[in-house]
Amino acid sequence: MILQALMLTLRLAIIVSAILLVIGLPVAYWLAYSRWRGRFFAEALVSLPIVLPPTVLGFYVLVAIGPLSPFGRWYQSLTGHGLAFSFEGLVIGSVLYSLPFAVQPMAASFASVDRELLEASALLGASGWRTFWRVVLPLAMPGVLTGTVLSFAHTLGEFGVVLMIGGNIPGATQTVSILIYDQVQALDYAAANHTALLLLLLCFVLLTGLYGLRRHRGWELR
Amino acid sequence: MNGAPPAPQAEETLCVRIRKRLRNGSGPDFTLDTDFSVPAGFTILFGASGAGKTTLLDCIAGLQHPDGGRIAIGETVLFDSISGVNVPPNRRAAGYLLQSLALFPHMTVKQNVDYGLTHLERAEREHRRREILASFRISELAGRRPSEVSGGERQRAALARALVTRPRLLLLDEPLTALDAATKGKIVDDLRAWIRRHRIPILYVTHNRDEVFALGENVLVLEAGRVLAQGFPQDVLSRPRTESIAQLAGFENIFDCEVSAFHIEQGTMTCPIVGFAASLEVPLVRVDPSQKVRVGIRAGDILLGSSSPKGLSARNVLEGTVTSLEQQDVTVIARVNCAPEFVVHLTPGGRHALQVETGSRVWLIIKTYSCHVLQ
Repeated sequence: MILQALMLTLRLAIIVSAILLVIGLPVAYWLAYSRWRGRFFAEALVSLPIVLPPTVLGFYVLVAIGPLSPFGRWYQSLTGHGLAFSFEGLVIGSVLYSLPFAVQPMAASFASVDRELLEASALLGASGWRTFWRVVLPLAMPGVLTGTVLSFAHTLGEFGVVLMIGGNIPGATQTVSILIYDQVQALDYAAANHTALLLLLLCFVLLTGLYGLRRHRGWELR
Repeated sequence: MNGAPPAPQAEETLCVRIRKRLRNGSGPDFTLDTDFSVPAGFTILFGASGAGKTTLLDCIAGLQHPDGGRIAIGETVLFDSISGVNVPPNRRAAGYLLQSLALFPHMTVKQNVDYGLTHLERAEREHRRREILASFRISELAGRRPSEVSGGERQRAALARALVTRPRLLLLDEPLTALDAATKGKIVDDLRAWIRRHRIPILYVTHNRDEVFALGENVLVLEAGRVLAQGFPQDVLSRPRTESIAQLAGFENIFDCEVSAFHIEQGTMTCPIVGFAASLEVPLVRVDPSQKVRVGIRAGDILLGSSSPKGLSARNVLEGTVTSLEQQDVTVIARVNCAPEFVVHLTPGGRHALQVETGSRVWLIIKTYSCHVLQ
């Protein structure tokens, strides 16, 4: 039971942090370098999941992916099953929920890269793409790593959104944090203790590893 | 990709005719409005801070957009507001050394130098890198990061990185200000040697007047966004057509002199002013006898006496007549004819104490070290 929930949680966290790495980089890059006047609007939008109760976010995602929405119907016609109360639905909800945890550190470290280095790169004939890969990304690596690890850890520990969107289906949507809730509801405190301790240790090891790596590589954020 | 065209053999001229208005938060807007050309070789872009020097370089390099005008190097148009040409900075083949140098901190000196060469084949790349590292005497530093080398070595690495791409023009924004004179001199020598082999237009920004005379074949004086004068440093700065150039040059008095005698043990030499009877005792510099030198004296460095002074260490005492007195703010500008005429600055209090008027007989007292030999 624990193992099944743990594997599902890890799978969810890996997929979510991978997706957030792919979409977080361009979003963060845009937030860091855009000169659009309405940028503050996008910044607020991206940060919304930090302050929003998970139930609010989960509710709207549930409505958006449910069979009553055009997107939900389109997905159902494509795959034969709905998104609500499925693993895929969990992924969508978790990506939205952890978005600021990935984007904010990435955007901060992009913004901290000296503009003159970007100019120097262009003056040496490099395209914008090459400047990104050779100059911006290597120098923003601490922030990119932090964003990815934080979104991974945040997904590991999420509860409200998962409960709203995924329900509590063992093997499909039952994550470790839902399992703990389940065990406590069943008054099985010993089992809940085991599961909770496992999650606590996992998160702690992960963050220790991140901060240790940053220190080792001289990646202390300025 | 990296479309830097190979540097042609023929010498090219950089032509810049641009207009750019800069918004200035509180004060009046600033307008850069220039029309000039830069031949191959060193051209000093000289002006006080805020004159628009960096904005001008940014426009030439493509980092800022002029509101209108045209920029061309040789036959290649880089910017033309009428035909809508605006070549992006990565295709302009302009070497631009920013004040901060902007070396990539996560790369070694070698990787920095290689950065602009990725479009070349490996053998050619290695050849060029070896050549430029040797030219700037940093071959041993190739494996080090910018943070692991000295300030002078960083300047050399940044120059090497800019020049290894064989740019068609070179823009230098006060690249050597932070260095001591000896280090600066050696780097300039190496830069000159490179320039002799690759004749490209170089715009060298400075507000240090000594560098103007040390480096310049050609000087461009920029003030408040406009080119006030262009030409040989001596012509522009010694016969200032406007008050502001004289102020920029800092030497209100500039004289052509001959060297008539060296006093090695005293550390001075005697320099008669060409066309006049007066002569100046100036600090000893290494020049050939009978060679002409130019001596600059700041008006504020000259002491004025109302009687012939005695018991002074100053070697230059010249007698003359005050031809005009004019007060600007807290400075009294006196013109004193000693054959030739000198400009002397004094305070209103000094004027009062000396009781000088137009026509007064006065003595000018000038320390040897207030006489600057400009070449």
